[in-house]
Amino acid sequence: MLGENFGLKKVHTINRRMFIIGAAKFIVFTGIIARLFSLQITENKKYLTLSDKNRLREWKLPPIRGEFLDYFGKIIAGNLEVYQLHIIPEEVEDFKYLMVRLKEILLINNHEFNKIIKRKNSQKSWETLIISKNLTWEQFTKVNYYLHDLIGVKPVLSISRNYPFNENYTHVLGYVSEASQNDILNNKNIKNKHVPGLKVGKTGLEKTFENELIGTNGVQRYEVNAYGKRISQLDHTDGINGKTIKLTIDTEIQKLCNELLKGVAGSISVMDIYTGEIVAMQSSPSFNPNLFLFGINQDDWQLIRNNPLKPLVNKTLTGLYSPGSTFKPIVALSALENGIVDENFKVNCTGKIEMYGQTYHCWKKKGHGIVDLKNAMKQSCDTYFYEIARKLGVDRLRETSIKFGLGEKVLNKTFDNEKKGLIPDTKWKKNNLGKGWVIGETLITGIGQGYTQTTPLQLCLMTAQLANGGFKIYPKIIFDENNKTAEEIKSIIEKNYKNLEGKNNKLEETSQLFDFFNKKEHERLFDNSKNIKLVREAMFASTNEVRGTSYSSRIEDPKYQFAGKTGTSQVKRITLLDRELDLKTLEIPYNERDHALYIAFGPYKNPRYALSIVIEHGGSGSSAAAPIAKKLFKLIIDRHELREQARFYYLG
Amino acid sequence: MYSTDGGEFLFHSKSHASKFLIFFTMMFFMSFINIKYWHYFAYLFYVIVLLLLVWATLYGIKASGSQRWINLYFINVQPSELMKIAIIVCFAKYYHRIQLNKVNTFQVMFVALMILILPIMLVITQPDLGTSILIALSGLVVIWLAGINIKYFVYSFIALLISMPFAIAFLQPYQKLRILTFLNPDRDPLGAGYQIIQSKIAVGSGGLSGKGFLKGTQSYLEFLPEKHTDFIFTLFAEEHGFLGSLGLLLIYIVIIYRVLRIGAISRSYFAKLFCFGYGSAIFFYVSVNMSMVLGLLPIVGSPLPIMSYGGSSMLATMIGFSIVMSAKINHKQSIA
Repeated sequence: MLGENFGLKKVHTINRRMFIIGAAKFIVFTGIIARLFSLQITENKKYLTLSDKNRLREWKLPPIRGEFLDYFGKIIAGNLEVYQLHIIPEEVEDFKYLMVRLKEILLINNHEFNKIIKRKNSQKSWETLIISKNLTWEQFTKVNYYLHDLIGVKPVLSISRNYPFNENYTHVLGYVSEASQNDILNNKNIKNKHVPGLKVGKTGLEKTFENELIGTNGVQRYEVNAYGKRISQLDHTDGINGKTIKLTIDTEIQKLCNELLKGVAGSISVMDIYTGEIVAMQSSPSFNPNLFLFGINQDDWQLIRNNPLKPLVNKTLTGLYSPGSTFKPIVALSALENGIVDENFKVNCTGKIEMYGQTYHCWKKKGHGIVDLKNAMKQSCDTYFYEIARKLGVDRLRETSIKFGLGEKVLNKTFDNEKKGLIPDTKWKKNNLGKGWVIGETLITGIGQGYTQTTPLQLCLMTAQLANGGFKIYPKIIFDENNKTAEEIKSIIEKNYKNLEGKNNKLEETSQLFDFFNKKEHERLFDNSKNIKLVREAMFASTNEVRGTSYSSRIEDPKYQFAGKTGTSQVKRITLLDRELDLKTLEIPYNERDHALYIAFGPYKNPRYALSIVIEHGGSGSSAAAPIAKKLFKLIIDRHELREQARFYYLG
Repeated sequence: MYSTDGGEFLFHSKSHASKFLIFFTMMFFMSFINIKYWHYFAYLFYVIVLLLLVWATLYGIKASGSQRWINLYFINVQPSELMKIAIIVCFAKYYHRIQLNKVNTFQVMFVALMILILPIMLVITQPDLGTSILIALSGLVVIWLAGINIKYFVYSFIALLISMPFAIAFLQPYQKLRILTFLNPDRDPLGAGYQIIQSKIAVGSGGLSGKGFLKGTQSYLEFLPEKHTDFIFTLFAEEHGFLGSLGLLLIYIVIIYRVLRIGAISRSYFAKLFCFGYGSAIFFYVSVNMSMVLGLLPIVGSPLPIMSYGGSSMLATMIGFSIVMSAKINHKQSIA
């Protein structure tokens, strides 16, 4: 048989070759086992993590933003439940049909409609698509009625920011709106917590305290399949609400400020002269921050943006004004402190003076006659202040101004857009303008014109520090129960005042050594308390004595009686022609009218509050700004008791 | 198979189980067919399968870009799978009659080469690179076992290297991509490299003892493509871990050993050559498939014998086993 004829050699060959193959098999299988070992044993951890990463997906829920409260615990920026409409596109069978139906039911306009489609195309199919962020109740019920026809649509109750006092707090709080690409890039916190539709602070305190307010995301963990479809929910963690922040502002006073500023561009600041708490701070015109929550529409936005009174500018902090005559108390104080003049120093005002070939005018053409310091302040005599400024020199004037809070930010970093203003001196001019200081510039600086620029809040702080007897205070807008009370601060001030007396008793050296070790709180800003007293008396006269510039705005009841100083700051240089024409405010084009300013503190007998008022292009301080103070002081003093009680209430 | 359907006795598992039962019974009965009939009809078998291949190329059913199947009314058959067996049977008969000293003559070698190249060409044009490689490997190993001088292998290997650049030009774009992807799977992690990466993750995350039966998250959450066919081993390794994989490998080694053992005791050269050839072929299937899912070889379509879903593959495997068992039953018999 053939099969057996192939001979031994053939069998031998096949067996030998089979053995070689067997050996090769052994090697290959060893290789496969080695590979299995390296994947499953050595690198097991790595692949296990990769597999979990595949399988688990976390859905971040929007964090609940912290609230803002006013001094009395009233919510001024809260969270409101809103009705929204969500769709998860992958769960919808016929997206086109659904959208068309929704368009009919909700009356979505074409522009909105296209925006939604665009958004849908830019996100993953399992991510929530927000069709409407804020449904009215009618729309919400309508959607629920048609729900059987709208498969895949989820009407949900969501939380949104709400500003119950509308335009009253806009410039203090700012507003929130959907996080932009920039917000996400610039703030890691926002980046980490971002979910579609997350709103973040765009301006004001909402922006400054973003990291405290934002809270933390709730997290839902799902097991998902390769296509990202949720298979099962594994767990759910609630987020932590953002911090609640309490302000020092009194809503009632804030509301009155807003009302008093209706129709004009300007600002009002009110401050506690001991605690430095800002009681009210309003810039006008304002706008309704609720408009920004769900994306402002073009018409509203154009209306705000193109308003000539500039509602978007927070004038309290970023408006820079020449202080005009409201600067005079500081000029007088500086001259007194430096021993240039005393209360009896007199100047004869003839309406103008000639100096170095230039004519400098007093606001009163006929002149004030012979005036001393008190009368010069009272009637705001420019000639008098030209004279003492000339004697004082701008450098010494600057020193005093800076001490009292001008030329520096009042609230440090609380508002990112706060301006420093400018208090010039000779060095500043040389460095910045490259020219030497001219004596004429000293004169106009003496009446608060020229290079000098201040914010309304700085003027308020300056007034407060004059009112409390000349001691440093620390302005704040955020309430903290650990802050010292007015009583505690008063006693510190008392102590500092006694140290001063001790100093006069030749204990100077030890107390100075003491100062060196302790950076003193509420340090005194003057050398001689008599000088402060004198300035305060002069301000009292200006408001409460006949011929005082704000006499007509006085309140005689000692409970409300306040002392103040008017200011009228020029926007443009007054030409000879202007002087001859002597036009009434209303006859001048709006943008060339003077700014009206007023600073005041009260009650005069036992002062507690200071304020500053600026009305842009309002004409004169005595006619446009001072009357506002009269209305304001009534309410401020009336609310004082409640304010003190509220403080004790919160302390337990 | 049961776990590819997510633990429910669904289409895949049902079909696989029934096929296994049918073909296993068939194997049992076919093993009583005397091996001499296999010898007798070997060429016929080869020619029929070859014709089926031609049929598939001309009128076959198209699925996922290739034309591999023919419709036999009750079952869709993939002739290329059957060719894996037919080529071994055919070569076994061919060399059965040839004297060792004639094996290396030009004439004998030319015929052998024709027998080999014809089906390969047909399968490549389907296109199905994986199966054609496996057919080639099975054929070549039988030719080598039959005693062809090793130098011809060296020569043809050199020729292959030289022709490589030209061959690459003829490859399908997806096949080129697969080779590139094999060299660096991270090149395109969501596209072509996806299978390798996900497969490695699945195997790697299995650990020592696996995630447990029906608990393979990678496969059951659909990260693994083709988990019931070519990537069945991945699923197995994920659920049963290193120990399970080792066990499975051991079973294959035992099967291969048994096949080779039967070959060794067979008296007839035909049976011996077939068993040796088939044992080696199983080894190729297993090692190519495993190396592929473990990222040691590029992805080519190659099922894991018995485990993978697919009727033709199961049919071919069972026919192979039935011949081996017939060889065992008739091992003392010589064939004329």
